[in-house]
Amino acid sequence: MRVGVVTFPGSLDDRDAQRAVRLAGGEPVALWHGDHDLQGVEAIILPGGFSYGDYLRAGAIASLSPIMTEVVDAANAGMPVLGICNGFQMLAEARLIPGAHTRNAHQQFIRRDQVLRVENASTDWTNGFAEGQEITIPLKNADGRFIADDETIKRIEGEGQVAFRYVGVNPNGSMDDIAGVSNARGNVVGLMPHPEHATEPGFGPDMPDAMSSGVDGLTFFTSVIERALSK
Amino acid sequence: MSTENDRAELIDVRPEGPKPDTTADAAATPDKHQPYEALGLKADEYAQIREILGRRPTSGELAMYSVMWSEHCSYKSSKIYLRQFGQKVSPAMTKDLMVGMGENAGVVDVGGGWAVTFKVESHNHPSYIEPFQGAATGVGGIVRDIISMGARPVAVMDQLRFGAIDAPDTQRVVDGVVQGISFYANCLGLPNIGGETYFDAVYQGNPLVNALAVGVLRHEDLHLANAKGVGNKVVLFGARTGGDGIGGASILASDTFSSGGPTKRPSVQVGDPFAEKVLIECCLELFRGELVEGIQDLGAAGISCATSELASNGDGGMFIELDDVLLRDPSLTAEEILMSESQERMMAVVSPDKLDAFLAVTAKWDVETSVLGEVTDTGRLVINWHGEEIVNVDPRTVAVDGPVYERPVAYPSWIDALQADTAATLPRPTDPEEVRAQFLQLLGSPNLADKSWVTNQYDTYVLGNTALSFPDDGGMVRVDEESGLGFAIATDANGRWCQLDPKQGARLALAEAYRNVAVTGAVPAAVTDCLNFGSPEDPEVMWQFSQAVEGLSDACLELEIPVTGGNVSFYNQTGTKPIFPTPVVGVLGVIQDVAKRVPSGWQDDGDNIYLLGTSSLELDGSAWAGTVHDHLGGRPPAVDLAGEKQLAGLLAAGADQSLIAAAHDLSDGGLAQALAEAVLRFGVGARVYLGELLERDGLDVAATLFTESTGRVVVSVPREDDVKFRGLCEGRGYPVARIGVTDASSQSLEIQDVFTVSLDELRSTHRGTLPARFGATIPQ
Repeated sequence: MRVGVVTFPGSLDDRDAQRAVRLAGGEPVALWHGDHDLQGVEAIILPGGFSYGDYLRAGAIASLSPIMTEVVDAANAGMPVLGICNGFQMLAEARLIPGAHTRNAHQQFIRRDQVLRVENASTDWTNGFAEGQEITIPLKNADGRFIADDETIKRIEGEGQVAFRYVGVNPNGSMDDIAGVSNARGNVVGLMPHPEHATEPGFGPDMPDAMSSGVDGLTFFTSVIERALSK
Repeated sequence: MSTENDRAELIDVRPEGPKPDTTADAAATPDKHQPYEALGLKADEYAQIREILGRRPTSGELAMYSVMWSEHCSYKSSKIYLRQFGQKVSPAMTKDLMVGMGENAGVVDVGGGWAVTFKVESHNHPSYIEPFQGAATGVGGIVRDIISMGARPVAVMDQLRFGAIDAPDTQRVVDGVVQGISFYANCLGLPNIGGETYFDAVYQGNPLVNALAVGVLRHEDLHLANAKGVGNKVVLFGARTGGDGIGGASILASDTFSSGGPTKRPSVQVGDPFAEKVLIECCLELFRGELVEGIQDLGAAGISCATSELASNGDGGMFIELDDVLLRDPSLTAEEILMSESQERMMAVVSPDKLDAFLAVTAKWDVETSVLGEVTDTGRLVINWHGEEIVNVDPRTVAVDGPVYERPVAYPSWIDALQADTAATLPRPTDPEEVRAQFLQLLGSPNLADKSWVTNQYDTYVLGNTALSFPDDGGMVRVDEESGLGFAIATDANGRWCQLDPKQGARLALAEAYRNVAVTGAVPAAVTDCLNFGSPEDPEVMWQFSQAVEGLSDACLELEIPVTGGNVSFYNQTGTKPIFPTPVVGVLGVIQDVAKRVPSGWQDDGDNIYLLGTSSLELDGSAWAGTVHDHLGGRPPAVDLAGEKQLAGLLAAGADQSLIAAAHDLSDGGLAQALAEAVLRFGVGARVYLGELLERDGLDVAATLFTESTGRVVVSVPREDDVKFRGLCEGRGYPVARIGVTDASSQSLEIQDVFTVSLDELRSTHRGTLPARFGATIPQ
C-alpha cells in the first residue's frame, strides 16, 4: 500500500512517519506541500513538526498549503488521513476534524511516554486495537491542549469521535482528557502523541519488560494497511 | 526664481542616507579621529591596522578588524596555548580524523563510509542578558557550524551552569535558558540527548550556556569553508540582515559585565528556528546536488567573518557588492551590515554554471538569496557600497593574522592555602541513621537531584535514532539504519575540582567524559572542548587557563584521542570575581551496533551487581564536602588514565559480548549516588553489601559511600553471564568486587547493615528539588 507523508516547511517527524509506514509493511511516498499531486497514494499522513514555525497558530498556515486542496478532497471522499501532533493541528485548522488546540495549560513544551486508552477501535487507523486497550505512545508538544465548545464535545463524545484519551496524567490540560479524535466517517484521525515513535524496538518508549521496546504505535499503520488489503 | 532656488537648496540638505567612508577618503584624511576604543580595539591594535593598510582604515574596515580581532573571534589570548592540541598528537590519534581543529567543526571517520562531526561552543554572555534568545541562538549557531561541514545535524546537548538555585535571579535565567533551548532545538527537529545542569553561586551573574551539536555525513559530502575558483559566485542566503546582534557575540563575549555600564540587550541576537530548519533542509539539498564549492555559516562577526575567512582559506581574493545584501531594515549603514550578527544566514561559493540550479533549490525552500560578488585572484577582499570602494584589505590580516598575546601569568596567591584545607578531616558520620540522612541530603541536593524538569522540555524522539539519552551517562544515536552503527557522546566539567587544581581538573573532566562514553558500550574516539574562564587580563585566570590546556592536551595524548575543535570563552566574571575554571570536555565514541548499548540502570531482577575499580579517601571538592559541610578545599582525586583506558576496553568488550545489562559511572556523590540512580532509572531495587569493599579498600562506611575516586563503574550482570564476566575482568586485570544483587520485588535500595530507603522515598527526594523551586508542570 502506498502511504503518502506530506512534508511542509518546518515538518520534523516526516521521515519518522515514512519509516513507520515501511516497518508496517507499507510503501512510504514523500509528498511536497507545494505540489497539487498525491501521486496515487491510498492513505495520507500529515506529520509532526513546527510547520511555518507555528506562526499565526500551529498548523494554520500549513492547512492552506497547495496540496491541502487535494488532501481535503481525498479525505472527504473517504481516503484514510492521519494527522500527528502538528498534523492534528492542521486537520483541525482545515476543519476535517472537530476542535482546536491551544498552548499547554502549564505553558511549557512537554515530552513524556504517555499512556492512552483507545476509545474507538473502528476507525481506519485504530481497527487493529481493542476498544478500551491501553497503549503507550510518546508525546511531545507545546500547543497540545485540545479544546472545543460544549456542544461539540457533547456531540463527539456521543458519536464515538473521541478516538483516544489520556490515562493517568493529562499532560496538557485537554478537555475531557481527549488525546485524539476522528471525523464522523472514521477515515480521518488526528492525535497529539506520536505513534510513529513507537514502531521500532530499541527506539520506542520504555516498557515494563524492556527499555525503549514500545511498539504500540505500529498498529496505527498496520490497521490502515490491513483494512485496505481486505477490501 | 528665488522659489526654485529655495527648493533646490531644500533638496540638497535632505539626508541621502549615510555617506560611505571610502578607501579614497581614508587616504585623503589620514588624521580623522576614529572610535576604535568604542569598538573594543586597543590603541596598539589600531596602530597595527594602520600599519597593515599603510593608511587609516575606513569605517567599514575598522568595523571588520574590530570584530575579527575581538577575543571571541581571534583567540588572541589563548592561541599560544591552544597550539598544544595540534602538537601533542600520535599517529593513532589522527588515523580516523578527517578534519581537525581550525575548521567550523572536527570530522571523524566512524567507518562504513560514514563520518561524524561535532563541536561545543559557548553562548554565555548573551544568555545572561537575555536568557531565552541567548540560549536559543547558541543552539542555532552551533548547528550552523555542523551544516557548514556538509553534515545533517542529528543531535544537540547543552552544558548549563547557573547561580545558586535559591538566588533571586536564578529562576529568571533557568526559565529563559531552558525554554530558549527547548524552543529552538525542538523546532529544528533535533533530539536533545544529554548535557549538564549545575548550580553554584560562583556562576551568579555569569551563567554558562554551552551548546553542543553533532552531525552525520557520508565521506564524499564533506564541505569546507573556502572560496576557491576565480569567477565563482559568492552567494548569501537565509534570513535577511537586520540590526540585531550588531557586534553581539564578538563584542559581548570579549568584555566583562560591569554593574554601572549601559544595558547590552540590543547586542543580543534574535533567533528564528523555523528559518534555520528550512535552511538546514535547503543546504542538504544543495549538497546532494553538488551545487556548492565552499560554504560558511554566519555567526559572530557576520559578513565580516564569512567573507574574510572564505577568502583567506581559498584563492585569497573576493569582490563584494554590499548593496546586494538583502536587508530587514534599509536604514542600516555599511558598517552595521558588515558587523550584524543576524541569525540563520549562510554564505556559499557557487560555480557560475551551477548558479541557476542553486537558486532553484533556495527558491523551492523559500529561502531568500542574493549574489553578492565573486572570487578573485587579487589577494584582496574588496567591498563596494553605493558604487564606491569601502573595504580593500588582505583578508588574511583580518581573519588569520590577528594579534597574538602572551598575557602575564601568575600563580594564584590563594591556591596553596586552598589546597591545604583538606576535606579529609571533616567529621564523617558513623551512626547509620546519620549516614542515611546525608545520603538523602545529597540525593536531593540541587546538583545531584533529577534534572527531568529541564530535560522533559526537550524532544528526544525526533529523527527516530536516539538509542540513549538522559538520564543515561551518555547520549547515543544510530547513524546507519542498516548496520546499526552509531555514536555516543558525553560531556563533563567539575568547576570545583578545577578551582582546586585546574590542570588536574581538566584531566578529570576528560577522564569522566571518556568513562561516560565507555559505559554505554561505545569506544571513545575524539574530543571537543569549551574552555570557560574569567578575564584573560587577570594573570591568575591566565595561569588557570594555561594549566587546564596543558592538563587536557597531555591527557588527550595519554588516552590517544584527538581534540577536533572547540571554543574558548573568556571574561566570564562580574567585577573582579571570576567563575571557577570550567573546561567543558566532550568525548565522542563509536559503537558498531547500537542494539548492544548499555543503559545506566538495573533492568532485571536477580542480576549481580559489581563495582569495577577501587576507592580511596578522596573527598576534597566532593559533592559530600560541598553539600554537607559547605566546604571547598584540598586536592582533587587522582586520575590514572592508563587505568581508564583499561576500564573502557573492558566495558566495550563486555557490551559487545552482551554480558553487561547496565553500567553507571561513579562521579559526583560517589557510590551512594550511583546506586540510587541505577535503582531509579527503571525502578528496579537492589540489595548491596559493603563488607568486602570496606576490607579491601580500608575505608569507613561513609567514605566508601561518598568518596569520588575515579576509574569506577557499577555494572549489573545477568546470572548466566557471571562466569564469563568475571573471566573478562580477570583477563584484563581490572579490580572488581561483587557488591550486591538487583531485587525488583523489594522496591527499595538496601545497603545491608547501614540503611534501607524505599523506591518511593528515593524518587520523591530525587525528583522533588527542581519542580519545588521552578514550578511543577504535571503531576509526576
